[in-house]
Amino acid sequence: MTSSQNGQATIPPVSQPQPDKITPAPFTIGPLEAGPPCCTPDPLIHVQNLSVHYGQKPALEELSLTINRGCITALIGPSGCGKTTFLSCLNRLTDLIAGCSVKGRIIIGEQNVRDPNIDVRALRQRVGMIFQKPNPFPLSIRKNLDLPLKEHGIKKRGEIEEIRETVLQQVGLWDEVKDRLDAPAMSLSGGQQQRLCIARAIALRPEVLLMDEPCSSLDPNSSGLIENLIRQLSQSFTVILVTHNLAQARRIADHAAMFWVTNGSGRLIEQGTTSQIFETPADAITAAYTNGRAG
Amino acid sequence: MAETSSLTFRPAPAGLADTVATVVVWLIALIVTAVFVWILGDIIWHGIGQISWSFLTEPPRNAGREGGIGPIIVSTLLILGVCIAVAMPLGVGTAILLAEFTSSDNLFGRLVRRSLDVLAGVPSIVFGLFGNAFFCVYLGMGFSILSGGLTLACMTLPILIRSTEEGFRSVPNEYRMGAAALGMSRTSALIHLLLPAAAPGLLVGMVLGMGRSIAETAALIFTSGYVDRMPQSLHDSGRSLSIHIFDLSMNVAGGDANAYASALVLIVILLIVNSIASWTSDRWLHKRIISL
Amino acid sequence: MSRSRSDAMLIWTLRCCAGIAGAIVLLIGGFLVIESLPALQHIGIKRFFTDASWHPSANASQGTFNLAPMLWGTLLAMSGSVLLATPLGIGSAVFCHYYAPPMVAKFYRKLIELLAGIPSVVYGFWGLVVLVPLIRQLEPPGPSLLAGIIILTIMVLPTVALMADAALANVPSHYLQGAAALGLSRWGTISGVAFPAAKSGIVTGVILQTGRAIGETMAILMVCGNVVQTPSRIFDPIRTLTANIALEMAYAVGDHRSALFVSGLILLALIVILVSAAEIHSKGHVYG
Repeated sequence: MTSSQNGQATIPPVSQPQPDKITPAPFTIGPLEAGPPCCTPDPLIHVQNLSVHYGQKPALEELSLTINRGCITALIGPSGCGKTTFLSCLNRLTDLIAGCSVKGRIIIGEQNVRDPNIDVRALRQRVGMIFQKPNPFPLSIRKNLDLPLKEHGIKKRGEIEEIRETVLQQVGLWDEVKDRLDAPAMSLSGGQQQRLCIARAIALRPEVLLMDEPCSSLDPNSSGLIENLIRQLSQSFTVILVTHNLAQARRIADHAAMFWVTNGSGRLIEQGTTSQIFETPADAITAAYTNGRAG
Repeated sequence: MAETSSLTFRPAPAGLADTVATVVVWLIALIVTAVFVWILGDIIWHGIGQISWSFLTEPPRNAGREGGIGPIIVSTLLILGVCIAVAMPLGVGTAILLAEFTSSDNLFGRLVRRSLDVLAGVPSIVFGLFGNAFFCVYLGMGFSILSGGLTLACMTLPILIRSTEEGFRSVPNEYRMGAAALGMSRTSALIHLLLPAAAPGLLVGMVLGMGRSIAETAALIFTSGYVDRMPQSLHDSGRSLSIHIFDLSMNVAGGDANAYASALVLIVILLIVNSIASWTSDRWLHKRIISL
Repeated sequence: MSRSRSDAMLIWTLRCCAGIAGAIVLLIGGFLVIESLPALQHIGIKRFFTDASWHPSANASQGTFNLAPMLWGTLLAMSGSVLLATPLGIGSAVFCHYYAPPMVAKFYRKLIELLAGIPSVVYGFWGLVVLVPLIRQLEPPGPSLLAGIIILTIMVLPTVALMADAALANVPSHYLQGAAALGLSRWGTISGVAFPAAKSGIVTGVILQTGRAIGETMAILMVCGNVVQTPSRIFDPIRTLTANIALEMAYAVGDHRSALFVSGLILLALIVILVSAAEIHSKGHVYG
């Protein structure tokens, strides 16, 4: 898959040096030193006054946030401050949680996510998600990729095979699994499973990728691989990354949003470019957290 | 089950109550074991001599005193077949609804659950009464394998549903979330992911339901009837193995020998069926479905 | 909600399944009531307890319809077996958890499960050919309330044993470790710590076991002698409500048949009460 297929050829890629072998040669627009990489803000996701309750218990309150196209936005903050909940709102996975009520406005592109009449399946195709724990289906590697494709109306064998190979190559898994596509996905290592899940998600050509601590259950080696992958994916997708690893957020994110628990519910306390958040935070809590003094 | 909460105790100087309790508990275990061995031993001892290939295939003669149980096994299997064919789709459908599409505070779900709990406790003779009044008389099926099978289907539904539901609950939630996040419809998530993953629970339920059906007598006397001929169709009356044992021991003087043999056959079938169920649930569900 | 069309169809199909499955109990209750109505109208509830005897006939005015002796038979057989089976069953579960070596416990648990799986007609048959002759030697006639109680005890024991076993397995092990750390004796730990913690599950087991004892038909029919009388001794033959239905249903017509449905209705009512008691007691998780 190339970026042009997503109509996103104009998006500036990340500017950090990427010595990694799975990273294709980056083409760079704009000066390297001039602030955050996506310096031309092109808002894709607008969230206004978002509040989420589980039953009576508030999880998120009065959250407003804008996320730019083609950027990696890192959501940071301690556990239980509503970061995962926020992700689940963006692809309406909150629908599956009993007793979860959502208030507020979420617009992705032109689409009102909270409109009860939208096609949720199409939304979830546009907004892919990667979970904390790799969750391949208990099927073969091949079927893990084919099943969602068929589900979204891609039925031609040739087409499926092409997409399968492309995405597996994109996540750097092709050489490892091309000879055993019919092996159970569960036989892969944790890192491989997570890359398979990423391949599965990008096979649907989403615009946005939600990543919920995709590295947290992996060993450092696999974690590094995934991190490079995310950096590379951000050329084609808008990535929202929940992470507890501040160094990681600093390394790969363009923007950062700081979540904190206030009065028993999660709130957004500060947002900005990564350098703002990490180097010149306006909020005292952010400063303490990013320096390792709080959270 | 036991290993998690059992403890090794230091040999402390035991008080009187402790000694008495130890003796009593061991005594109980010995009595129960002895009774079990007695019953099973008695049936094997008297039954094994009668069992032969011809006993299993020949029709009964002289009211069952002589001959075999061929047609009776066929009738039993047919009743079982009707029962499973009807109870399976109904039970699995209900279990899926309860486990996948109904939250715990849903009124409809609660009502269905409650009524299934009651259904599980209804005495089998009451099922017999109902089957007779509804299937035999009201729906005009008469004493037939069909009536018997349908009555048993009503009876086995609760255990089938409970076990299938357990199967679905043992499927990790990540599969559901993962499928939803990929924009899959719930129907295809169900067909491609949940159903295969929940299959062990389904199997256990089916097997336990079969066991229940094979063992049943009271619900069948007035629904499938007594006729010991080879059934020609599902509308024929057919005598199940358990009714055969009942009839031989109560109504046929001198039928004890063949009753023993039939009882042994019945127990062996049930042993096989229950072992499959308990092996499957230990291996796959990691939870024992208590069939009561 | 924005479900796809196939999802909506699926859910409606499933709802139909669940509706049917849930309605069966109502159907059973409804049919029992409808079939009981003639007897309730022609005989009346009072006569089921005040008539001179049970000599039913198709015509209400020609027969007598006293169900009381059989109700007594049911209740006596039930209480006797519950009184015997409860300690034996709990003892069995305690044996598995706290006394038996692991291998023995595993074997014993399998044995209890096997006992639970043996069909009632086989118990009845064994009672008829082994137990009844033994009791006859002790005190004629043989088929008796005692035989019924013994057979029922063996039959319902696995219910309470398995429920108590499951309940004891759920007792958090740190309770027991705490007790051991305090130097409590084995029995002291069981009676003081394990039983209170497992009480709910055990009580549910006892309630369910009572339901089984009330509903049991074939075994009791085969060993109890089936004489309609209120027993004065444990060696007297009795007839239970369930046995009465099984014995007479084959030839009953008219009001007689209807009267049998009345006894079915009584059984159903007893079961509904027991299941509700179990539900209330265990807050809806009867079958854990």
